[in-house]
Amino acid sequence: MTARLFDKVWDRHVVATPADGPALLYIDLHLIHEVTSPQAFEGLELAGRKVRRPDLTVATMDHDTPTIAIDKPIADPLAATQVDRLRRNCAAHGITLHALGSREQGIVHVIGPQLGLTQPGMTVVCGDSHTSTHGAFGALAFGIGTTQVEHVLATQTLRQVKPAAMAVTVQGELPAACTAKDLVLAIIRTLGVGGGAGSVIEYRGAAISALSMEGRMTVCNMSIEGGARAGLIAPDDTTFGYLEGRAHSPKGAMWERALDDWRTLATDEGAAFDSEVFVDAAAVRPAVTWGTNPAQSVSIDDTVPDPAVLGTPAERQAAQRALTYMGLTPGTPIRDIFVDTVFIGSCTNGRLEDLRAAAEVVRGRKVHQGVRALVVPGSARVRAEAEAEGLDRHFTEAGFEWRYAGCSMCLAMNGDTVGPGQRCASTSNRNFEGRQGPGGRTHLVSPAVAAATAVAGHFSTPGEL
Amino acid sequence: MQKLSKITGTAVAVPRSDIDTDQIIPAAWLKRVERTGFADALFEAWRKDPGFPLNQPGADQARVLVAGPNFGCGSSREHAVWALQDFGFQAVVAPGFADIFRGNAISAGLVPAQVTAAAADQLADALAADPAAQVVVDVAERTVSIASARIAVPFELADFAQWRLLEGLDDIGLTLRHEQEISSFETQRAPWLPVVMPTAAN
Ligand code: SF4
Repeated sequence: MTARLFDKVWDRHVVATPADGPALLYIDLHLIHEVTSPQAFEGLELAGRKVRRPDLTVATMDHDTPTIAIDKPIADPLAATQVDRLRRNCAAHGITLHALGSREQGIVHVIGPQLGLTQPGMTVVCGDSHTSTHGAFGALAFGIGTTQVEHVLATQTLRQVKPAAMAVTVQGELPAACTAKDLVLAIIRTLGVGGGAGSVIEYRGAAISALSMEGRMTVCNMSIEGGARAGLIAPDDTTFGYLEGRAHSPKGAMWERALDDWRTLATDEGAAFDSEVFVDAAAVRPAVTWGTNPAQSVSIDDTVPDPAVLGTPAERQAAQRALTYMGLTPGTPIRDIFVDTVFIGSCTNGRLEDLRAAAEVVRGRKVHQGVRALVVPGSARVRAEAEAEGLDRHFTEAGFEWRYAGCSMCLAMNGDTVGPGQRCASTSNRNFEGRQGPGGRTHLVSPAVAAATAVAGHFSTPGEL
Repeated sequence: MQKLSKITGTAVAVPRSDIDTDQIIPAAWLKRVERTGFADALFEAWRKDPGFPLNQPGADQARVLVAGPNFGCGSSREHAVWALQDFGFQAVVAPGFADIFRGNAISAGLVPAQVTAAAADQLADALAADPAAQVVVDVAERTVSIASARIAVPFELADFAQWRLLEGLDDIGLTLRHEQEISSFETQRAPWLPVVMPTAAN
């Protein structure tokens, strides 16, 4: 019997297959944060239940925490209450919390991998849709709602219908000017925002194997933007190299045992997928979104598309609505679009490698007059490591704001917002209407394009500066 | 959770595709630590337009929302479901839901009734012609109907989800029936899997 990577990870977590419905799946790691957990703890306590495995549960603060003056009390009373509630819940249930100000605090999907908590073959869940990020390690990782958070707290399991398995095979080699972000935007453009619904995607092929762990996380992170339940990549030497020596990685003889197991985590030769999509890496170009969903992107060399030439009436209508919201005219060259704000950060592109790429571009240059530019590291550790390399100086000397770690302007809950009608080049993952603040206009790009755009004032690649 | 078998009432149609959870409830509202109080948050930005369907007379009485494909894409926020419920909706009828949204809806007792694209168009057209038409979402029969327009279409809903909605069952209670299996599974987990030593519980 041939099996796919997804089946292998799934099968080893099936606790029971009840006759009345979906399988009961064991959860190896449950990550929690302040925004989607309070109602879950409340439900748990009202029912008189306990957290079954506090030792498999890890909490952090990221979504509505400030990124400046983090030593001061949080000014927003609602955010302060929410953060206090998390503190109380973690203390009451014995859960490890990486609080604001601590060395391991950060965006939940950045800290899991960085601590070595995310390992091949695991199941990882979190009350956050970008939990798919952890699939980069060959883990089955997916986002859940608050009622399910409560379910995992109480039982360390979830009832889950097994999704279909989709293969996204990326052959060839990415052009030098392109990054994992450009690749995943190309994949989503191919799939459509709902194309992956009901599926877990396995990313494979030469261009995927060639990616660093950071790049793989960027790709898996955005699986949800293609509608997929999760995305995963078979672990290999790149994965093992990243994990070796991290705080929670196995050590000594246990490391060897783990490695033997992890090497079996690959799709068997000849195993068939429920659906398959092919993408040519060589055709990928630096991508910029023009619309209000992540599938609406073009190459930076292109122009704003004309809705009239799109396929179905529904697509035309959606594109027309998007262009109206974005304040764009069909036929405008992407490079001629000026921005007000540049945001570098988020669980998609807030890791050290992303900051290095952006710093390299802005080094010795200046942010264009009138552009507000922010760098928000994905975690406190990323921030510290970037400072150790002097990246912060390149940013601040160029005129960027250098912030503390968190989600920040990715979802604009903490006061870091894009103003109404303002245009932002963002390394985050969602360009939905109002995502970065009411009336704000988001264009998703890679860190390199974001940095070049900050300098040029309009969409640009580093090569053109 | 309340048992849901037959939902009867008026409906509102928002026939747009890919309605994301940031539209259903903007992030600023997620700072609340309660499960209720989200009625004003629902489609907050779109409701600023006086012509938006939810601003039409009688919309506040509606029980059913009819929408376009891939409803609820984006974030995992269950607040999107709570906001729909706080406004008064008990079912959303659409040709397709995002996976996490569908799961959250079933968890919280909002019926995600998946119909064909043609059926959704037919329902939206009938509502455009008669906004006061009575719509019935029958969970037991898995049908959506508007008798006055002679429409009766089937919808898709997995058996387990249907049963849970009909019985108003709490998932945790069901799962805890498997306590023995969970405990025995835990004895066989790989020894290298990470554990994070908990801080002392108060
Ligand atoms: S950075 Fe953005 S997408 Fe990632 S977890 Fe935070 S809010 Fe969600």
